[in-house]
Amino acid sequence: MTVAVNPTQTGEPLFYLADEHPHPEGYSTSLGFWIYLMSDCLIFAMLFAAFGVLGANYAAGPAPKDLFDLDLVAVNTSMLLLSSITYGFAMLAMQQNKIGQTQIWLAITGLFGAAFIGIELTEFAHMIHEGATPQRSAFLSAFFTLVGTHGLHVSCGLIWLVTLMVQVGKFGLIEANRRRLMCLSMFWHFLDVVWIGVFTFVYLLGVLR
Amino acid sequence: MNTDTHAAHAGDHHHDDGHAHSTFSGYMLGFVLSVVLTAIPFWLVMSGALPSKQITALVIMAFAVVQIVVHMVYFLHMNAKSENGWTMMALIFTIVMVVIALSGSLWVMSHLNSNMMPIHQMSGMK
Repeated sequence: MTVAVNPTQTGEPLFYLADEHPHPEGYSTSLGFWIYLMSDCLIFAMLFAAFGVLGANYAAGPAPKDLFDLDLVAVNTSMLLLSSITYGFAMLAMQQNKIGQTQIWLAITGLFGAAFIGIELTEFAHMIHEGATPQRSAFLSAFFTLVGTHGLHVSCGLIWLVTLMVQVGKFGLIEANRRRLMCLSMFWHFLDVVWIGVFTFVYLLGVLR
Repeated sequence: MNTDTHAAHAGDHHHDDGHAHSTFSGYMLGFVLSVVLTAIPFWLVMSGALPSKQITALVIMAFAVVQIVVHMVYFLHMNAKSENGWTMMALIFTIVMVVIALSGSLWVMSHLNSNMMPIHQMSGMK
């Protein structure tokens, strides 16, 4: 879309589109959703910054080395990575108009996502059981806020995923559902990108310290 | 004539839809690269293969950056052309903001930390 300065008949410049033409439904959805993701990215940047500043303040409490089980984190990472590729397969099936395949791949994606959340909650429960609660130290406050926010995003993504499966089951792969699936695709892959930052800066660098 | 340009516009948009270009091989290549780029940092930290912790930290951060780019290209289908370049513009703006926020916070707070420390020592020396 080009916004040009249209000279009117009187010769005065016009600083808006003289003829605002109609756009098809969902015309700007993907760009709008991308901008939402970028703003979400800024939220995570702030949480990463908080963790970066507070991550070494243990208040004589447990340190990352005492708390993190890298084997478990590796399993968790693979769950999220596998859910990313299965979502990709769902998108490919969608492009070929195969409703059944799309639904199956979406369901598998949901299972991997649920496994991720399950493992993460188990980890949190284990930590809290050991006394490593968010109020124990600045490090743990920052940890639970950052990783918890990511987990909350994945949980919302799962709710969205189930909603879309119901939508696709009811109305098929109509244009609106394709658009929604594409938005969730961006959301889901974006969460995987954030997780790269989490496992590198929180878990790996934490254990290394 | 007006309707013609609009139709062409809509056609262009549909072509730019990002996911229109996704292919099986693209996803698989991204997946395999991601697995490799995830496995190596985990292995480096768990086995302690590199001599110093600082080198390991730098290497795994480099792997993270590469993997983020891989995800952006193969999973999120980022390119300079989608939405007439506006997604790329938003991304570049966000990266600039993130770099300023992260490096600024860490820099300022570490200076505060190191400048606050000597006070304790000096009060002890009195």
